Amino acid sequence: MVRELEQYLRPGIGITTFCPGCGEAILMGLILRAIDELQLNMDEMLFVSGIGCAAWIPSPYFNADTLHTLHGRTIAFATGAKLVNPKLNVVVISGDGDLSDIGGNHLIHGARRNIDLTVICANNMNYGMTGGQVCSTTPLGAITMTTHQGNPYRPFDLCRLVKAAGAVYVARYAVTQPFALIKSLKKALQTTGFSFVEAVTPCPVQFGRRNNLGSPADMLKDIMSRCIMKDQAEKLSPEELKDRIITGVFRDEAD
Amino acid sequence: MGRHELKSILPAGSYYFSGDEAVAEGAIAARCGYCAGYPITPATETLERISVRFEKIGAVFMQMEDEIASICSCIGASWAGAKAMTITSGPGFSLMQEGIGYASFTETPVVIVNTQRSGPSTGQATRVGSGDIMQAKWGSHGDSQNIALSPWSVQELYDQTIRAFNLAERYRVPVLLMAEEATAHLRERIQVSEKVVLFHREKKAGAPPFGTRENDGVPPMPVFGEGEKLLVTGSTHDEFGVRRITDPVLQEKLVHRLHDKIRNNRRDIIQYENHYLEDATIAVVCYGFTARSSLFAVERLRDEGKKIGVVRLKTLWPFPEELISNIGAKMKKILVPEMNMGQVVGEVMKYACCEVIPYSQANGEIISPDTIIEQLRRL
Ligand SMILES: Cc1ncc(C[n+]2csc(CCOP(=O)(O)OP(=O)(O)O)c2C)c(N)n1
Ligand code: SF4
Ligand SMILES: [Mg+2]
Repeated sequence: MVRELEQYLRPGIGITTFCPGCGEAILMGLILRAIDELQLNMDEMLFVSGIGCAAWIPSPYFNADTLHTLHGRTIAFATGAKLVNPKLNVVVISGDGDLSDIGGNHLIHGARRNIDLTVICANNMNYGMTGGQVCSTTPLGAITMTTHQGNPYRPFDLCRLVKAAGAVYVARYAVTQPFALIKSLKKALQTTGFSFVEAVTPCPVQFGRRNNLGSPADMLKDIMSRCIMKDQAEKLSPEELKDRIITGVFRDEAD
Repeated sequence: MGRHELKSILPAGSYYFSGDEAVAEGAIAARCGYCAGYPITPATETLERISVRFEKIGAVFMQMEDEIASICSCIGASWAGAKAMTITSGPGFSLMQEGIGYASFTETPVVIVNTQRSGPSTGQATRVGSGDIMQAKWGSHGDSQNIALSPWSVQELYDQTIRAFNLAERYRVPVLLMAEEATAHLRERIQVSEKVVLFHREKKAGAPPFGTRENDGVPPMPVFGEGEKLLVTGSTHDEFGVRRITDPVLQEKLVHRLHDKIRNNRRDIIQYENHYLEDATIAVVCYGFTARSSLFAVERLRDEGKKIGVVRLKTLWPFPEELISNIGAKMKKILVPEMNMGQVVGEVMKYACCEVIPYSQANGEIISPDTIIEQLRRL
């Protein structure tokens, strides 16, 4: 299986630049599996990414057209390309900071316009690339390089945000739920209209270390224990849901 | 595809247009396929006209959520194969700077119309100014060479819009059309000819998109969706687009090629007009609307026997260094009137060996011929 995925990688690429234990590298593999299962033609795909560790998932690794853009502006670049050539299968892959902090305005407007884009957001709860600063998704109280006393502000629930803005497919899974995540990525890739998948992923080097989350394996276990399916979550009180990551499909207009 | 001639979409003939409308029609004549923008005075009318006209010709118009999204969507559209344009004024031009730098470094053809108004900041939104000339040169961080044009009439807003697309496509570079409120809101009769000469970026399958051995320094430009598996990045890259973010040799080489690509072709890019220079000892070096007042003023003074000429710059960047140094060698004095606190005058001083006198007016009004006459009488 792994060898089969090599056909989707740019020839000559030997190693990736992800830190050992990085969840974004897992996500990279899961995206390729979804593409492989759908037998998508890489010649028709355009991967648009911003700036950050997650933005390096497709560029330069994916053997397709890639547009590695500015920090936060992916959806705007993708919109222009898609409108000019609707035959392109345009997939945006970027970080939580890129898509929801600096790029938050483009994110909600992209969802509102419902342009046919698939947006995959790697939520590692901080800015990995710049050394672990606070992000709009950083949990309340978490330590980052710019919140030494703990993050004083509430995080965004990106799925609620994007759903409210009008996206037609919205889902969240962690990289510790690979089969559900692949299935969701496939659904997003097949959906016509603005589809959004938030992939919760550990950043052991910048986020885990500062919050005493242990080794990369410990972090994966921690995420696994905190994930809860949407249906189960509905039965719990806000108090019981504290620190939980609610996963599932939040909107699927095709259903 | 290169250089080719097409029939004008607008039937040949004479039209009474505002400058803003002429820009829209110029874009249509140039076969612009994608235009994005965010409304701003005094450029809004161009967007409005485009939104109506593009629907009829099957091109795409998008009103985006801001100017950052506008320029970025144009870059995406350009790589997807369309000739792309965005239209704005001062505040929006400031927001676009990061995107313009990205377009320079990724060699993306794109036209940016900046219909200048009086600044800084919100300034006087409905009033004229020409304060963004240095921003056109140095607005985005790092060194980049873009092309900036300066139209002086409604006819030229039409012609230079077409030329802006041709230069963008020919040199794979952002081209900034530095319009001004006074001409954008002016109504004048213009001539539209039967045929229009256009340039379209050249493709070459498999060739490196970011490097060339050709003398002009312009690599062929592929497009998304044709199996080229392009790597486009605003990080320093090799000739195939592979990121090389710490290699000093490659960084130096890339920045130099992008400079040379414009500088070595400046004879083709730079346009200007000389008036009455044969016997002149004083020259007015001017551009944009101010050139209209300057020419009018000089003609009145010549009637009195004064030996004064006019140099009108149609291209501001790359700067016409040789022209100014030649003129500086022949003149005793050069007057540079500008609707800003002195921007082009600094460049003139750099290259002219004679005395160079600035005249600045930044009150939101055009510089009148009387003012220029007064300034010239003082010399
Ligand atoms: C305009 C601009 N501001 C700031 C930066 C610096 N910067 C680079 S990546 C980044 C944050 C990336 O975070 P995220 O999108 O969450 O990606 P991650 O590295 O966590 O995967 C920042 C702030 C930049 N490149 N451009
Ligand atoms: S900094 Fe964090 S997100 Fe970036 S590669 Fe390292 S572990 Fe992954
Ligand atoms: Mg992040």
